[in-house]
Amino acid sequence: MNRRQAGTGRSGTGPDLAAALFVLALGLLALWQTAVIPASPIYAQVGPQLVPYLVSGFLVLIGAGLVATALRGGWSANIEELRDAPPINPRALGLLLAALLANLVLIEPFGFTIAATAQFVLVAAAFGSRALLRNLVIAFIVSLSAYGLFVKGLGVNIGAGMVESLVFGAPF
Amino acid sequence: MGAIDGLILGFGHALTLSNLGWALLGCFLGTAIGVLPGIGPALTIALLLPITFSVSATGAFILFCGIFYGAMYGGSTTSILLNTPGESGSIITALEGAKMAKNGRAGPALATSAIGSFIAGTVGTLGIAFIGPIVVEYALMLGPAEYFMLMVLCFVTVSAVLGGSALRGLASLGFGLLLGLVGVDLQTGQPRLTFGVPELLDGVNVVLVAVALFAVGETLYLAWRHVEGPVEVRDVGRIMMTRSDWKRSFWPWVRGAGLGFPFGVMPAGGSEMPTMLSYFLERKLVKPEHAAEFGTTGAIEGVAGPEAANNAAAAGVLVPMLTLGLPTSATAAIMLSAFQSYGIQPGPLLFTSQPDLVWTLIASLFIANVMLVVLNLPLVGLWARILKIPPPQLYAGILVFATIGTYGISNSIIDLMLLYGIGIIAMFMRRFDFPVAPVVIGMILGPMAEQAMRQAMTISQGDWTVFFTRPVSLILLLLALTALLGPHLYTAWRRRGA
Repeated sequence: MNRRQAGTGRSGTGPDLAAALFVLALGLLALWQTAVIPASPIYAQVGPQLVPYLVSGFLVLIGAGLVATALRGGWSANIEELRDAPPINPRALGLLLAALLANLVLIEPFGFTIAATAQFVLVAAAFGSRALLRNLVIAFIVSLSAYGLFVKGLGVNIGAGMVESLVFGAPF
Repeated sequence: MGAIDGLILGFGHALTLSNLGWALLGCFLGTAIGVLPGIGPALTIALLLPITFSVSATGAFILFCGIFYGAMYGGSTTSILLNTPGESGSIITALEGAKMAKNGRAGPALATSAIGSFIAGTVGTLGIAFIGPIVVEYALMLGPAEYFMLMVLCFVTVSAVLGGSALRGLASLGFGLLLGLVGVDLQTGQPRLTFGVPELLDGVNVVLVAVALFAVGETLYLAWRHVEGPVEVRDVGRIMMTRSDWKRSFWPWVRGAGLGFPFGVMPAGGSEMPTMLSYFLERKLVKPEHAAEFGTTGAIEGVAGPEAANNAAAAGVLVPMLTLGLPTSATAAIMLSAFQSYGIQPGPLLFTSQPDLVWTLIASLFIANVMLVVLNLPLVGLWARILKIPPPQLYAGILVFATIGTYGISNSIIDLMLLYGIGIIAMFMRRFDFPVAPVVIGMILGPMAEQAMRQAMTISQGDWTVFFTRPVSLILLLLALTALLGPHLYTAWRRRGA
């Protein structure tokens, strides 16, 4: 039993080490950002830098601890849920990331409805829906009614564009 | 103000037509969103937050109470019918509940969890009303040094004690603390950890982080692990519980509620422990003729007990949240940030400065609880139909609404980048088993802890020993150290003994 755990542990070391190094890097990044905080001209018992130093130092310590754990075989291999999980699905993940990117790129120039519609269709495709035209229609209706609800009903502005102006008139 | 006077005052405010309307709307929306697979109470509240922007403070908090309890109810429906628990507290409910559903007993399983939630919610809310004022009296005696140590204890219990590993829990906490530090330092006006980006001067929004962690990260992780195939939703069937179901459920409800509430009140704030304890307790106490149902056809005791424990714990979490201003669960952290967005700081002073608001809130919890049991039993068919939304369109819709919630706050593309960036980090956190709740709690409690520490240091004129010489502060510090190091020392001691 012990030997098998050690065996599977070794194969999990690489990814676990990467995660541990990420935490360490985050701590170091925070340490650098803390060092550039300008010293306060206002007198205070505790300056603006102390707590950031404590937190980033804490994160560096935890990161180092995680690195040590990862080098001793990691932890992923000992967690049943992770061990039995299906492998990475690059198509689904790729489409989902494309959906996020599409929204990011489209929302400022084209407004909420078009960006959200593109996002909706791509996410649905990521999870295996092949009814492209139907999703497009659903997406458009959902996005436009959400826009109507939030902007006209609740007064929360979520980004107007061409479509919104056509349907609801010029924004404000 | 005592509990009875408070409740009279509270019900007087809550029982107006418009406030009842807010409660009903909250219950309905909370259940409808909470029932969606993978959406727990924290995300439900975060997603519905924009709705409260145009509502007055009292109305908004009544709405929240409904959403909070509604999301809890909705979550248990999903775990029973779909076997996909939306949050850690309903994992145990899914254990026996899904088995009952598989054997055509979904109706009674849903009914026992609804009535169990009602009983637990009532016990829990009574607990808030009667224990709250007592805690407030003691809390008013605490100085900043004690407050700081209380928060340190909170940090340790939510990140290091619960969950799989102290190291990974603390890493999540550290990430949350960092996010909380971003922005202008309120005391000195210096920008901190902003990387020179002007949009970050105002800090990172808590709701944005919660949505990133619970919606974007979760959806990304689901895509990572996506396997094509249909999802099975169990039919509800007849909802009626038989006489034997009632008899078998009654004591588990009571024991579950009694077990869950104290766990919620303690700063550990987890619902995992009480639900698990309740499950093992019911399994031990079950009548021999029903013992075989556990783990096979599904035992009703195993749904009734943990579900009551889960709801009572969730209500218990509101005690430290309202009386001390300490959120000990992700859900409470989101609620706290909602309070703050109205310029209201929960804590002992709230009970004395705004008793109307506090007691209306508590009264609304009672009302929401009654509404839900009335609403949920007949409407369970509707909730089951929501579950039939196919996953592709469901996740697509969740992401669209996640975007609205974020972009609506600020109209800033930087915030969207943060949303997706933190979402990607959350996906890796799921992959490497880092808990996400400590991020939210660290983020909202971190700045409060820093403020308390600085106040304590200002009062003591820079003398660090203040944290060790004040007795309550020292005791809290020792408790935190025990919680952090105790388990390790215990294992080491046992290893030496063996």
